[in-house]
Amino acid sequence: MEALMSLIVGVLTAGGVYLLLRARTFSVVLGLTLLTYAVNLFLFASGRLTIGAPPILDPEVSRYTDPLPQALVLTAIVISFAMTAFVIMLALRARAELGNDHVDGRASVRDSRESET
Amino acid sequence: MNHLVIAPLLLPLLVGTLLLLSRRTLSLAARRSLNLAAILGQILLAIELLILVGDGTVLTYHLGHWPAPWGIVLVADRLAVWMLLVTSLLAFFALLHAMQGADTCSRHFHPLFQLQLFGLNGAFLTGDLFNLFVFFEILLLASYGLLVHGGGAARVRAGLHFVVINLVGSTLFLFAAGAFYGLTGTLNLADLSLKIAQLPPEDLGPARVAALLLLGVFALKAALAPLHLWLPSAYASTSAPVAALFAIMTKVGAYSLLRVETLLFGEQAGILAGFYAAWLLPLGLLTLALGALGALAATELRRQIAYLVVVSVGLLLAAFGLGSREGIAAGLYYLVHTTFATAAFFLLADLITRERGWAADRLAPGPALPNAGLLGGLFFVTALLVAGLPPLSGFVGKFLILRAALEESVWPWMLAVVLVGGLLGIVALARSGSLLFFHIRGAGSGEPTHPPPAKGLPGASLPTIGLLLLCLALLIGSGPVLDLAEATAGQLLDPADYIQAVLKPVGIQIAPWEAES
Repeated sequence: MEALMSLIVGVLTAGGVYLLLRARTFSVVLGLTLLTYAVNLFLFASGRLTIGAPPILDPEVSRYTDPLPQALVLTAIVISFAMTAFVIMLALRARAELGNDHVDGRASVRDSRESET
Repeated sequence: MNHLVIAPLLLPLLVGTLLLLSRRTLSLAARRSLNLAAILGQILLAIELLILVGDGTVLTYHLGHWPAPWGIVLVADRLAVWMLLVTSLLAFFALLHAMQGADTCSRHFHPLFQLQLFGLNGAFLTGDLFNLFVFFEILLLASYGLLVHGGGAARVRAGLHFVVINLVGSTLFLFAAGAFYGLTGTLNLADLSLKIAQLPPEDLGPARVAALLLLGVFALKAALAPLHLWLPSAYASTSAPVAALFAIMTKVGAYSLLRVETLLFGEQAGILAGFYAAWLLPLGLLTLALGALGALAATELRRQIAYLVVVSVGLLLAAFGLGSREGIAAGLYYLVHTTFATAAFFLLADLITRERGWAADRLAPGPALPNAGLLGGLFFVTALLVAGLPPLSGFVGKFLILRAALEESVWPWMLAVVLVGGLLGIVALARSGSLLFFHIRGAGSGEPTHPPPAKGLPGASLPTIGLLLLCLALLIGSGPVLDLAEATAGQLLDPADYIQAVLKPVGIQIAPWEAES
């Protein structure tokens, strides 16, 4: 399970970084989302992976899972959710102000050729 | 437990919320005075806290009375309160400048301003790594709003870059925090300090990775090379009061680096001792050199000032990277100076841009300035301050840093880079000054005309003059300020008091009604 978890975190991070380096705002937003998924799983695993154990006190149980990473992940999810919403709005505003969805606000050479013809 | 410690967080949060809710009910003048009064309150709170922690006590506030490291803790030591005072003083003058009309360009300027201060104060006061992340997010979210405040294509483009790069930084911060938690089982900074010193040898590799991730995040916030490229366009394209307030934003990164350098990787940290200092010094000098070249190449005044911010960050972090008591104290003195000086420069650039009409802040021959005497005089003084020439506070700060560097083996590098960088800065500023004030050209081919002096300008320049007077006060009060800086550096280099104050057991207080029964 540890191997599977690290593989998932790694693949998500790699995909996120790849998309982040694209030139269009939409793929950048998707890349940021994938990165936050990866970091949420990573945070979750930082309290060690425990199966079938409760995170809260129970007189009949002697084995627990760490509750703190779950609280951290919850906070991180809320924050990343708000940030994603904000960056989408900003990307839309940039699309409206700059006339295209390139992160630098300039259409590529191919685009400008197409618009000329 | 002193409830005063949480007051600098509650005041901006409550006032910010109130300003958000009262947009339709209160008049603009009322909202402006409310905002200004809240900042005055924060200045008073910071002074009160400074008196309390001045003798070396570390005030702590355990939220919900949960003992650390289980609960969240706020810590006010000399460094945190020092930063609070600088922030609130800066915010006061930035807001005064904004009240000349820049605050009406967008609806939520005033709430965002207070929320920005809430995030900044929180980042300085928190004693917990994860809470530092949360407060970073708060101050960044407010700064995103402030940065694109007023709109326009250039602002939105720079804002998009700023937001995306900071979101990546936040993700890295979470990776670093998760790695530290996985290694040590704690996120409390004081507790981390103890646990890092006791790490088993096989965990040192992952600990180094986590520490470097954290270094990367803070270097991004502080605009340390090679992560400084976002800063010039962001600062050059935003509105003047926001750029002035952002003078403290890079210092948040510098503060975090200094805190982690001394608390987690100080002398007590065993094998990892001095881990950050070894990176800060060369990177700081590289930043200084790149910033100086950028300032020389800039074609607009505001972009040039933004590069001078990069220069000051480089010098500041190189001073912190010296790791000695003198180096850190000199850095702390320089931090105050450079925050006020660069903020004043951004405000002044706004005044010049307004007066110059079609030429705006381009460093090219333009129309003659009305009030050239006043603006030129202010430009001269500010340039002296920023370039670090005698007799002003910039010189004192730079001199102290170089004197501290002489004690270390790296002094030839430090002296060479700082002095050559300073020379480049002077050349760049002299060129801008002569282009702005002496090379006069009309809009067409006609003779340059001398417009009549604008009436409102002397009043509009008051916030700028106020910031310059703060620098003058810093120069006159160099003795006491430097004593405090040295005491602060001493407290940072010997974090035993800090750790003890945070981790001391919290006595359980019984409520009166329970005691009676």
